[in-house]
This record gives sequence, structure tokens and C-alpha cells, in this order.
Amino acid sequence: MTDTLTPVLTRNWGQPRSWTLDAYQAQGGYDGLKKALAMTPVEVMNEVKDANLRGRGGAGFPTGMKWSFVPQDNPNPKYLVVNGDESEPGTCKDIPLLMASPHTLVEGVIISSYAINAHTAFIYIRGEVVHPIRRVRQAVKEAYDAGLLGKNIQGSGYDLDIIVHSGAGAYICGEETALLNSLEGLRGQPRLRPPFPAVAGLYASPTVVNNVESIATVPSILAYGKDWFTSMGTEKSKGFTIYSLSGHVANPGQYEAPLGTTMRQLIEWAGGIREGHELKFFTPGGSSTPILTADALDTVMDFEGLAAAGTMLGTKAMQIFDETTSIVRTTRRWVEFYKHESCGKCTPCREGTWWLSQLLARLEAGTAQEGDVDKLLSVCDDITGKSFCTLAEGAVACVTSAVRHFREEFEVGYHTPAWEHLPYARSALFPVAEADKEVKA
Amino acid sequence: MSEPIPLAQMITVTIDGAQVSVPKGTLAIRAAEAAGVAIPRFCDHPLLDPVGACRQCLVEITDAGNGRGFPKPQPSCTTEAVDGMVIKTQVTSQIAKDAQEEILELVLVNHPLDCPICDKGGECPLQNQSLANGRTDTRFDGVKLGYPKPISLSELILLDRERCVLCARCTRFSEQISGDPFIHLVERGAKSQVAIYPDQPYDSYFSGNVTQICPVGALTSADYRFSARPFDLRSTVTTCENCAGGCQIRVDSRHGEIRRRLAGENPQVNEEWSCDKGRFGFASGHQEDRLTRPLVRKNGELVPVSWPEAIDAAVTGLKRARLDVGVITGGRLTVETNYTYSRFARVVLHTNSIDFRARAQSDEEAQFLARYIASRPSEDRVTYTDLENAKKVVLVAFEPEDESPMIFLRLRKANRKKGLKVVSIAPYASRGATKIGAEIIPTRPTDVPQAIRNLEIDADTIVLAGVQLAQIPGSFTALSEKIEQSGARLAWVPRRAGEVGALEAGCLPGLLPWGHLVSDDDSRDRMSDFWGDRLPSTPGLSAVELFQAASEGKIKALVTAGFEAADFPDPDAVLAGVEKAFVVSLENRLSDVAAQANVVLPVDLLETTEGTFLNWEQRVCPVDEAVPNMRAAMTEIRVLAALAEGLGKTLGFRTAATARIEIESLPIWEGPRPAMTPVEAPETSKAIQLATWRELIDDSRCLDGANSVQATAREVVARIAPQTLRDEGMATSTYVRLTGAKGSVVYPIVVEPTMVDGVIWVPFKARSWELNRTGLAMGAEVILAAAPAPTKEGE
Repeated sequence: MTDTLTPVLTRNWGQPRSWTLDAYQAQGGYDGLKKALAMTPVEVMNEVKDANLRGRGGAGFPTGMKWSFVPQDNPNPKYLVVNGDESEPGTCKDIPLLMASPHTLVEGVIISSYAINAHTAFIYIRGEVVHPIRRVRQAVKEAYDAGLLGKNIQGSGYDLDIIVHSGAGAYICGEETALLNSLEGLRGQPRLRPPFPAVAGLYASPTVVNNVESIATVPSILAYGKDWFTSMGTEKSKGFTIYSLSGHVANPGQYEAPLGTTMRQLIEWAGGIREGHELKFFTPGGSSTPILTADALDTVMDFEGLAAAGTMLGTKAMQIFDETTSIVRTTRRWVEFYKHESCGKCTPCREGTWWLSQLLARLEAGTAQEGDVDKLLSVCDDITGKSFCTLAEGAVACVTSAVRHFREEFEVGYHTPAWEHLPYARSALFPVAEADKEVKA
Repeated sequence: MSEPIPLAQMITVTIDGAQVSVPKGTLAIRAAEAAGVAIPRFCDHPLLDPVGACRQCLVEITDAGNGRGFPKPQPSCTTEAVDGMVIKTQVTSQIAKDAQEEILELVLVNHPLDCPICDKGGECPLQNQSLANGRTDTRFDGVKLGYPKPISLSELILLDRERCVLCARCTRFSEQISGDPFIHLVERGAKSQVAIYPDQPYDSYFSGNVTQICPVGALTSADYRFSARPFDLRSTVTTCENCAGGCQIRVDSRHGEIRRRLAGENPQVNEEWSCDKGRFGFASGHQEDRLTRPLVRKNGELVPVSWPEAIDAAVTGLKRARLDVGVITGGRLTVETNYTYSRFARVVLHTNSIDFRARAQSDEEAQFLARYIASRPSEDRVTYTDLENAKKVVLVAFEPEDESPMIFLRLRKANRKKGLKVVSIAPYASRGATKIGAEIIPTRPTDVPQAIRNLEIDADTIVLAGVQLAQIPGSFTALSEKIEQSGARLAWVPRRAGEVGALEAGCLPGLLPWGHLVSDDDSRDRMSDFWGDRLPSTPGLSAVELFQAASEGKIKALVTAGFEAADFPDPDAVLAGVEKAFVVSLENRLSDVAAQANVVLPVDLLETTEGTFLNWEQRVCPVDEAVPNMRAAMTEIRVLAALAEGLGKTLGFRTAATARIEIESLPIWEGPRPAMTPVEAPETSKAIQLATWRELIDDSRCLDGANSVQATAREVVARIAPQTLRDEGMATSTYVRLTGAKGSVVYPIVVEPTMVDGVIWVPFKARSWELNRTGLAMGAEVILAAAPAPTKEGE
């Protein structure tokens, strides 16, 4: 059953004032919490474990198993940290959720914290998205006022405080150890592992870091049960998820469906490629995941299916590009992003992205030299597997996969600017004056 | 020495096919070093926490000890070696070799390759490793980052940002080692850079170290920048003379002139660090007041004369004084020179009036040193390593960051890495004390004896006492009682490099070389036999007593070595004695004492002599000749030998080497030590007391010529508790006037919440006489009053 939409997290997004406690509770919100508080923490953890919920932030690590790594005999406090630093190009699932239904997350945080015996939880949200941050803060306040947070939640004897923390706008802070550094007031740079956060994370205490969507999924598992959850999805990728489609489709947006649906199905739901055009390439899970082309339309969009296709499910962010798009331009824009967001800690990422962006600029401007495409690949190879964290892997993946699929288009850069080869105005979704000329940036 | 490591804690790893045994917990990069393989690296430093930032040290690990290898090359600086691990470095692995070459190419992407004009060129790890481990060419033909150059991180430290490879050694040093996180990385990506806070310089006594550990030419000192090429320098390994720490240093000279000093590598003493005073304070002997020719006072003026004339004049004056003579050596001399003075005083001048303490002093202190410190057996001594491994260290009126910077670094390391508990009897929680995690026992100076008695210590405690105690009557008595009753271990840490050596050489009125006692007939006879001369048994006078007696005409001649009247709490009294007596001054600069002397004999700078220091651990620290002597000066030993001959005696040696042979053959006194005469601590009054000590970087003469370092000195302020300020009705004042018996002085106020009530702290600045001209000293009663801001000179 992977060919139907299954709105769970997105179910109330269209409701009036869906972000308020009243609206959320009218939909059965906080029912999962009631069930959870009637269970022991271990039972809650086992429920999530048995539901085989896998992390929705990209890596797909089983959430319940992550919780079970927390050493409960450690005398330090345990922390739950929710990673809401959603900044990957194309990824747009957590922020709409925080905007439309912050209580889904708050409920998930309470249940999850209960499961790992945490009494303080942090929600770390990307700093630029001021409006969703306000919504979450308001939701937390409402929850406190309603006795859903604070001391002795709903008479259960369980105490929990939630602290909503706004980041300062760094992609690297989506890396969990960099996020912890940032939360502690340090420079947002990844930490050496071991120790792993489960053992010594925030303030050197046992810490679970989970993605917003992972935690937001927990209440429904508690409310409807693990069997309901595992009835959806594929063999190893259970449940539903939010696929976010952007780019050259008729109706871009968030489509919640069981794991394992196909790209063909998703594009169909999105009303197809825009009128009169055809698919050229797409990212399956954000710009860090190697791109795919129309050949892969029937790939099963779950963790295993995309791994088999040489890419990753990632954040299920499909950026869809039609035949008017310059792959050189697109790749350069992605690499510029990684260059800008490289934290600067390790040499390969810091210097490699600096170099890649210069090579891509030449290829885009048509001033590249014969051999630059090979050099591009070679620099990618120099970076791969040598950096401190995986940010650089993402920067490299979009380049290598683009060249793999469209090498000839890159080689056009030896003599012709990309904006002449594929005039940019044609790929714009809206009329752009003189778009072709604003490329030298 | 560290304990041998039990076999059970050893593991075996294979590096490039060779098996090597290393202690458990060793990083792969160090295991490789043990196997003789140097893996290139930038961020890795054995004394800094691993960071894994530069990725230069990637190796192939084909077996992680569990039969499985890593699919990707691993950084050897963050990978702990485990038993059975198989590591292939660039020597045997193409994967590792390629990875390292690729990283090096990336490191150089934004590096300017301005080696021909870079100070590091010739001794640059980036240069060396590019040659050894890099490709011959780069494929990068793009645009490199550029920055305006250089920027000042402080008056002393300059940064050329484009050269920086962002290894974070400097920032980690500042955070982890010295505890002065005034520099940090800012910005991100390729634009990451080392920076300081706006309007706040990099404030550290240890900042010079960052220039030495920088693996490129990004950090340089204003002092050395552009002054030499490394390959033109002649290096000498010697010992720093600027405190009693005994740091090994490397002195680099060119054309007979010292260009710079670097921290040497002595894991047991200074590890690989030095303080800025030690690193940069080497120019003082090259100022305009350097003495190169003998001077004799004629018609009230000092005039240059020949050596024979000067020696004759000195001999005549000394003969005339007969037995009414004294010798004051100061704290800067080598063991050999001190020993020569000691023998000169006893055998040639036939007096016990010799004192090395050109500073505040007490008879109680001399007794304490004779009983507990002089020539004590090595098992009673305390070492840096002992401090690092101690359970508890108590600082008794001793401020390590200012008075012994390497002890400070070692205590900080022990506190940070091993949880050492530090307790400090001090008036307030100074910045240095805070950085070593010290628990402060807030104590007014005159209450120190009582605070010592109240200490909870046992045989596992090490007590460090310094020279401040000489100004606090009763403190050594209390310390003596406490040590004997608790069995705690004890170290005495003077400020000056020569003091421990002077103590062992017998430059105290009651003490002969190696602990022999003037007061013990048997002990004195042994030294008489050794020297072949009957030694005087009459007790000698201390330095302060000598000046007093000289001003009263009871002492007729003084032989003085390098010190200043201003080093004493009452410089006027010193100069009064100097003015009255016949003074023979052996000096290399025209000090305030030399300027009043009758005969001035120019002596060599330390840099042109050899010998040894004994540091506070009583460890022998060799001093080597760094540059040749091109002046007319002679060594003090030769001058004293000439004076001895003029006085009809012979010392038996004329060089440090021959003096050392004699010193090494000296017997050590192992007989009973004299008991101390207890000194009652005076009743403490309610009046406000002064607390003071010298800061590391101040207007000290040994920093003359090191203008950049002096510019990093901390602001001169008075620190006072908020309650005391209110009690004195000065809650809103910004300046305070301190009035003592002889005058007053004005300082800006800094409110210090941790300051004990009823105390005001100011730095003791010897040079300017600021405090001592007011008659104020440690523990003195002081009258405070609000003061207007002083007008600047020229206004």
C-alpha cells in the first residue's frame, strides 16, 4: 500500500488556526501522550522500537534503538534535543510542520523525553525562520499553561521543561554534534566522536538528538499503535513520511505518503511536470543526495530502494528540474551553498569547496579549460572520505552525480557559457527580466 | 621520573609492518613515532587536545584490532591505537600517501606561498612537509584569499591571516594551556580566521608560544619579525635567567647578537613552553647604560680607567675597611659565580656578612631556608612532575602566574587533566588563581600565619611558599610548625633564577656551601678544611643590616653584584649605606647602586658566559655561552680572582668550569639543622592593609629593550573589595590615594568582589619606586582616600 496519500502529520495543516492547542486537541491531539503516561518509559521506548520508526533527518537510524543507547545508570541528567535546523537546499518538511502544527512536535517531545527519562528537552530551530519559532514558543507556552509541561504533567508525576532555542543560521548546526556545540554557546562545529552524544552529548551528559519529523511521528505511534504504523511502508522502511516536492512540477508542496512510494507517483500527485516540459533530473532527498534522472522514476522511495540506486532517501526533498535547466548552473549553486556553509574546521571541506566553486564558475561561464571536468572530479575524489563530518560528502555528491549523468553538458563549459547553452529565463517558474545576465555573482 | 608502565597496560600495534609496543591510550600518530615513522601533521600537537581538523595525518588502517579495517583513510591524530591494530602510513600505503598528498594540495589552495619573505621560511612545517609529503606541483590555478596584512592580536603578536592553515593550535593553546581564551576562530569556511574580541587584545603572559607552535608563518612576534632567516641563525640551548623556573630555552643569534629566544624542550621542566618574559626579555644588557670599561670615582665623578687601575683602587679600598666589609650578590648569578662570591667573602674578606637577598627579607626566612631547603636530600625535594601528580597543592602567599609561570602552567595542566585541588592563601582570587581552579582562603597579609595554622593538610599535600612570606612576620614559623606536624611536602619558590643557587653556595650570613653552618663548629671546620683557611665564626649581617651598618659607619666597604636599590622595600636606606661606604660594584649596567659606587667593574652578560642555575626544584640547569664576548668586560669569577690576588689570597680558580669542579667535590652537610627561633606574628589591627607582589610583566629592568612585551603589561590598578570601598566612603570613587609613612601614591580603582575586606592590592613596581617611596610594603597599614584622576605628564 504505497500508492495513496496518508496524511497523519499533515492532516490538520489546512484546518483553521491549526497551530493552537484547542484546534490540535479537537483533532485528538495529546491522546498519544495520555497513553504514553499510562505506560512505563521502557514500554514507550519498546513501542517506538517495535514500530521500527527510522530517523527522518536523513540517515534513517532506528529512533527507538537510539533511545536505548542512553545509559540510564549515568548519574548526569538526560537530554532530548530536537534538531530543527532544517537548511538543506530543497528540504522543506520540518518548517511547515512547525508552522502549521507545532503541538504535534511538542507532544512528541513530551512522550520521547518520558521514554528516555529526560526532564529537559531542547528544540533547536534554524534561526532564519522567525515565524515558525514564534509558533513553537507559543505552543510550548500553551502546553505549560495547560499542564502538559512543567511539574507533574497531567498528574503523572513526570516533570519536563522544554527550551526552544533559535540557531544563528548555520547549515552545519544540523550536524548533531555541531548543534550541541551551538546549543552550549560554542562555535557551531562538529565534535570528535567518540564520545557519542548518547553517552556524552549536551553538557557532557547522555543526549538523544532526533529530527523534528521523527519526534512528531511518535504521538501517532502511541495513539494508534505500532501495528497501525507498521501496516504502512515497506519491509524495512515502515510508516509514512513527508515528501516535499519543489521545482518544475505543477503543484509543488508536501505530500505525506507511506515510505516506498515511487517518484512517478509523487510527480503524478504534484500534477506532473509543468505543462509542455519533461523531467531532466531530480534530487531524491535534498541537494546532498546524488541526483537521479527519468530512468529512476519507478525507484522505490525508501531507505533501501534509493541506496540500491546509488543515492539516499535523505530528507525526502525532491527538487525537480525539467529539460530547460542547466545542470552546470544548478550544481554551481549547490556548491556555492556548501562553500558558504562549510564550517571551516577541516581542510578538505573548507578548501575543497572553495576550489570546486571556482572550477564550476569557469564551467558555467564557458571559460573552463579542457580537462577541467576531470579536475573537478579529481578534486571531488580528494575530498571524499577525508573530511571531518559529512557536510563535504554532500557537497561532492551533487557534483559527481551531475557529471556522471550530464558530463557532455559540463564539457560545453570549455567553450560556451551555460546561459547561452540553456538560457536561464526558460527554466524560471515566473517571468524574469534579463535573468540570463545575472549570472556572474 | 614517571613510573614504568605495567606490561598489562601496553598494547602492540603494527606500523608499516613493524610491531611496536605502546601504552594503552596512545594515539596512532604517536605509535607511529614510536616506530620511527613521522606522519605529516599540522593541527596535532602532543600537548594539546586532539582536534582532527587539518586531516593531514590520514593513514590506512587495514585492521582496527578486530580483524576489520576502515573503509576510508583515518586521521592518526584522533585514532587511538588498540591492540592488534594494523596501520599503514604513507611509507607502505598508496592510499595513505595519496590522501596526504591530496590534503597537502588542498592546504596550499589558500596559502600564499610567500616563503621568500616569510619569517617561517626555512623552519616551516608546511614547507618541510610539502617537500617530504607533497606533490611537486599544484593543480590549483584559481584565486586565493587575500587579507590586509598583518593585524595585531596584541602589541606583541602579529597575524598574517592569509598564511594561516586554520590548525587551531594557537586557539587551543590559549584555551587549554594558558587559559587565556582571548583569541578564537571566527567566520566560517575558507574565510575562517583567528581573531580577537573587538577592542580587547590577546592578553596573556604566554602569547609568544603561539608563534612557536604555529606550523606556518601566520603568527609572528613584533619583536623578531623580519629580523633574521632561520638558516642564518646560530642556536644555543641554555637556561632562562628571568625566573627560578629553570626553563630550557634555545637562543638564536646572528653576527654575535641574540635575535630571538624559543622555548626549549624539557618535558620535566617547561615541557615545550615559555613565558613571554623568558622568551622576549633578553635585550636588557644591550641598553645605553651597558658598562664596558672599569670606572673609578675621582673627584666625585666615575671615570673610565684601565683594569689594573680599577682593581688596585678596589683592593686599596677593601684593605682599608679590614673586616668591616660585606657582600651582597643579588639573585641573578649562576651557581659558580655565587660560589665564588661565597668563598671570596669567607676566605678573602674573612666575613660572614654575605647575602643574596636583594629584596624584602627576614631573619626568619634565612633560618627557614637553612633548616628546610638548603642541600636537602633529593627525596625531600619537589619537582614539576610531583606537582602534576599531586592530590593537593597549597599556595602560601605565592602567586604562580606572576612569580613562577611554569609552575602556573603545570598546576593548570594538573587541575584540568587530573583534577588537582589547589588551595591558595591569598588576599583575593586573582586571574591566575582562577585559571588553576584554586580555592581561595581570603587572607589579610598579617593573618597569613594564622591561615597557615588553620590549613587542613597531610603528607599527600605539597605546600609552595614564595618570597612574599619574607614580608610577613611569623609566617615561616607557622609554616615550619605546620610542615612538621602534617608531614606535608614543601617547596620554596623564589622569583629570581640565582636564588636557589646562591642559597646552596652559602650566600647567606649563617650558611656555608651545601648546607654547612656557620654556627656549627664541626660543620664550619669541615668547610675550613676544604678551603684550607680558618673561616670566621662571628655571625654575619644580612643585606638590610649591612646597608644600615654602612650608613652608621660600622661597615666600611661593600662588594655588590647585580641588583638595584629599588629592589628593596626601603631603597633610601640602601642608598644611604652605599653613599657612606666604599663600594665595589660588579655590574653590567649602571644600576642605581653602581652609579653611587667607588669602583665599578664591568662584568659579562649571562649570554656570554657559562655555568649552571639551580631552579626551584634544586635541579641543575646548564647555562651555555650563546654569543661570544666582544666587549672589555670580564666574568665575575675572573674579577673576584683578581681582587683576591690583590688582597693576598688565591681563590684557586678563574673560570666557571674549574669552579664547578670544585663545587662538585664539596662535601654536603648532612648533620643536624638548626632549629628555628619562633617569631610571633604581630597583633593584627583593623586598619586597612596593603597586599602586593610583583607581576610577571612590569617595568622590571630585565625587560628593558623588550618594548613590545612591556606594552602587554597589565594595567596598574588598585584592587579593593566593594565593602571596603563603601566603608571608606569611596563607593563612587574611581581613583584612590594610598598614604604610607613616607608618602602617597594614586591608582585607578578596580572593584574586586573576591578581595578580603580591609585590604587593598596594588602591584609592586620596583623600578618606579612607586610603592617603596611611600614606605608601603606587604602588610603595611595604609590610609586610603578618594583621589582625582592624576594629570598626565605634560598636561
